[in-house]
Amino acid sequence: MPIDAPADRLALQALGDRARPHNLAEERVLPVLPAIGGLVPGTGLQRGASVATTGPAARSLALALVAGASAGGSWIAVVGIPSLGLLAAAELGVNLERTVLIGSPEPSAWGTVVAALLDAFEVVVVSPEHRIRPADQRRLLARSRERGAVLVQAGGRPDAWPEAPELRLTVVAQSWRGLGSGHGHLQARRVTVEVTGRRQAARARQVELWLPGPDGRIALVVTSSTTPIAQPVLASAVPLQEVG
Amino acid sequence: MIPRSRAGSVVQAVPDGTTSPRSSREPEAERTLVVTCPDWPVVAAGIPVGEPAVVLHANRVVAVSQAAREVGVVEGLRRREAQGRCPEITLVDHDPARDARAFEPVVLALEALTPRLEVTHPGTCAFATRGPSRYFGGDTALAERAGWIATGVVAPSGTAQVGVADGAFAAHLAARQAEPDEPVVVTRRGTPAFLAPHPVDTLVLITDRNDLVDVWRRLGLRTLGQLAALDPADVLARFANDGVIAHRLARGLDSHPLDARRPAPGLEVSAELDPPAERVDTATFLAKSLADSLHEGLARRGLACTRVVVEAETEHGETLVRSWRHEGTLSAGAIADRVRWQLDGWLSGAVSVRPTAGISRLSLIPDEVVSARGRQLGFWGGETLVDERVMRAIARVQGVLGIDAVTVPERRGGRSPGEQVARIPAAAVDLTASRPGASLDAVAGPWPGRVPTPAPATVHVEPLPVEVVDAYDRPVGVTGRGTATGVPARVAIAGRGWAPVTAWAGPWPADERWWDLRRHRRRARFQVTLADGAAHLLAVESGRWWLEATY
Repeated sequence: MPIDAPADRLALQALGDRARPHNLAEERVLPVLPAIGGLVPGTGLQRGASVATTGPAARSLALALVAGASAGGSWIAVVGIPSLGLLAAAELGVNLERTVLIGSPEPSAWGTVVAALLDAFEVVVVSPEHRIRPADQRRLLARSRERGAVLVQAGGRPDAWPEAPELRLTVVAQSWRGLGSGHGHLQARRVTVEVTGRRQAARARQVELWLPGPDGRIALVVTSSTTPIAQPVLASAVPLQEVG
Repeated sequence: MIPRSRAGSVVQAVPDGTTSPRSSREPEAERTLVVTCPDWPVVAAGIPVGEPAVVLHANRVVAVSQAAREVGVVEGLRRREAQGRCPEITLVDHDPARDARAFEPVVLALEALTPRLEVTHPGTCAFATRGPSRYFGGDTALAERAGWIATGVVAPSGTAQVGVADGAFAAHLAARQAEPDEPVVVTRRGTPAFLAPHPVDTLVLITDRNDLVDVWRRLGLRTLGQLAALDPADVLARFANDGVIAHRLARGLDSHPLDARRPAPGLEVSAELDPPAERVDTATFLAKSLADSLHEGLARRGLACTRVVVEAETEHGETLVRSWRHEGTLSAGAIADRVRWQLDGWLSGAVSVRPTAGISRLSLIPDEVVSARGRQLGFWGGETLVDERVMRAIARVQGVLGIDAVTVPERRGGRSPGEQVARIPAAAVDLTASRPGASLDAVAGPWPGRVPTPAPATVHVEPLPVEVVDAYDRPVGVTGRGTATGVPARVAIAGRGWAPVTAWAGPWPADERWWDLRRHRRRARFQVTLADGAAHLLAVESGRWWLEATY
């Protein structure tokens, strides 16, 4: 049976065009842990964005935020946090094999170092103790947008940036479980996180989180009046609604 | 036992049953002459003869001088081990650019024999003997002449060895066997018999698939002859493309058969430099982007480059040409590196060879391409490229902050949260390889008295002084039997105000290193939560309280 070759080829080409990978929105984000999906707008950490965590459990929250990307194979650079608990980072899901720690640069060299890191690392975690110059911030944001990297501030000075980051996660309350008076040990922490930001995250809302839960995992708190320590469940099981 | 040629210096071909008759139908490998300078990184570093020296990369020895080898230092040792075996050893950092720069005069001198020279890597170059051999009166005469020329340039600190055989791999092995003034010439068609007794481990010279070589060794294929005796179809079925390349080399054929071809014109990339580049770093910047666009152009056609020609034109019309070859395929980073080395060799060479003006035009010509099928990058754009970028960024930051400022975590045994992960200088580890030592379950042994999980997110580098009192404002302590003298009611951290304790647990005594008088520590730890919700890990030692970590 004769086959109309040109027509076939055209059909094949059309099929190829349709199947060509498009620049999907999901590719513009870094993956996050299921429970963290409820905190950030969209499906993950927006590439090119800056995120800040503040409040008492800021470091744990920042580590939980980047754990998904780290487990997905992204390289992570941590700049100037010599007291970061690396064991906690590993327990929260950060892959230490792809984590690089940078000493504390002088404020004058800080911008250069972070810009060089944003060139290659997909996630750069900082904790600035000084005020960042507006020119430095513009340069860093432009660099991270160009490279698709995410700049995460873990604690440090809350007013470090002249212009507020796109997403701000503030721990407003934390309470620990497992410790009695003279017995037990710390097991689980329940934190209330306030999410504020620009664009999609413009409406402030509060989310309750186990950081970590009694089983060591990060999970959303299921608001249930019957059981004081609720069973942690995956985020996908609970469609999260915006409140407040 | 490897047959080694003596003064006659010709290894005779023996008709050998292990050679597959199939090979006679394959196109023959190109007869190649290889000049190699042993221990080149050491020679390039300017180490005088007789001085023990090693070249180090990521804390591992990558090259050893003859004097160091005699006292038992070998490649692959750690720095400390090398120093342990030879305390007066000179340590040199690995610098491929220096190696390439130092090798350039050798290549220039050898260009008197033939214009079609290829640099395989710094310290080794190769050329096809077909034309020059006839001109100089045979392979042996040519090899001897090449040996004199190269030795004349590298002496007295180095030596040069020459080998001739069918195909670059066999010629390389022949050169490694040769003595400085006695080249090894393998007769035509004698290559399979010459290769047969070599161990399969020699294949790691040209392939980075150490795992493949390891499998063969464990399968009982210990020599290249045993490997060559396998049916090519079986090798392809079991070991895929990398296996076939190694198998072809073991049979004395070229690694890339029929499909190695001259690419269509138009794949070459070039750029003008205005103003002309007098310094290496200005030209290197352009080289990187050229290499990227060359690689991209090839990749779009499903090709990879095995030989690239670097061509530079100066303001005064001088043209500098050099080709670089790789038995595998050249990645964008590898091409950029070679261009950088080459420019470095030209621009910082001796006055006699240096171009008289700055470089005004730079071209990269892919001279030999194969179908790109050997290297599988990550699905969405390639993990290895990202890794390469990360290594560059780390080097950059090390340049700004110092080499010790960049560290990587590694798991250790211990009881306190700070002890359990150590920070290792990034310069001492190879980050491109997997590091099982960094994973959470790397430490298997039990550590009784370990602080239970979860671990604190802040471990204070210097513990902060703390005061702890009970409800009657009496300081709380721990008795010799490991019980608290009171119930902690209020805590003051680092001179700040008193905060009421809402819950506490302890003491958890830890009597560590009691066998070591100086490092012996006797501590008891407490966990406390304060009214603001924060949880802390406190330690009491010799009656004084410290804040170790904050959760």
